[in-house]
Amino acid sequence: MAVCVAVIAKENYPLYIRSIPTENELKFHYMVHTSLDVVDEKISAMGKALVDQRELYLGLLYPTEDYKVYGYVTNSKVKFVMVVDSSNTALRDNEIRSMFRKLHNSYTDVMCNPFYNPGDRIQSRAFDGMVTSMMIQVC
Amino acid sequence: MADPALFEFLHTEMVAELWAQDPDPGPGGQKTSLLVLEGMGFRVGQALGERLPRETLTFREELDILKFLCKDLWVAVFHKQMDSLRTNHQGTYVLQDNSFPLLVRMASGLQYLEEAPKFLAFTCGLLRGTLSTLGVKSLVTASVAALPACKFQVVIQKL
Repeated sequence: MAVCVAVIAKENYPLYIRSIPTENELKFHYMVHTSLDVVDEKISAMGKALVDQRELYLGLLYPTEDYKVYGYVTNSKVKFVMVVDSSNTALRDNEIRSMFRKLHNSYTDVMCNPFYNPGDRIQSRAFDGMVTSMMIQVC
Repeated sequence: MADPALFEFLHTEMVAELWAQDPDPGPGGQKTSLLVLEGMGFRVGQALGERLPRETLTFREELDILKFLCKDLWVAVFHKQMDSLRTNHQGTYVLQDNSFPLLVRMASGLQYLEEAPKFLAFTCGLLRGTLSTLGVKSLVTASVAALPACKFQVVIQKL
């Protein structure tokens, strides 16, 4: 499903980024980088909204010709960004949401791991495996 | 979290162990033990701050975060809610617990009063760690006037 998955720290540096190996990696890095502005915009808009639209899931950040970029922000302001192939029309909002939830759960497991130093790059194999499973389902 | 008794015993042992290491500490000796305890609390707080608010909505302001500490965090760790939360609306919050579980077993009144502070270091770290994960830099100090009540003062550090 996903072609690129990234975890961005509170201070906006990458904790983890991985994309499918067949394509130009740098392109995805740029894409994720660009999306951070949209994430920031959405977060600051969220603070002002009086209505309870305070969900963690941010929805579609922006579409490009070939890809769609989705975002999610945790209460600790860690951002998850996922790039999805837009030719895959079968993918619904709900599925994206549940993928993000899975990612969030995995991330909390990483945080609770005593061998992980908060703020370091994520090198956990369990997390890696989970991301791989999210990327494979596509192809 | 698990059975509250288990955490209480573990915590008592942690304090005892760190104090036993250095039976005759110099001027800085006790401070290191306190720092170690605080550091442990900080790491636990970081993990809990990530884990507990998974299902909640995003926090809108500081007060929401402090309320989260008083309710969810306290219930998760101590199986009770904080008794009161006061603020001067300028970044200082006072969290009061009238029967703090880690002190309840010790005594009521003034006996052992000078021993109490080392049992609060872990919790100070816990609060500070949770706050830092949720994006709030803070200073946390604790004070005890009469066991088993205690107060935690949280001062938010504005950037």
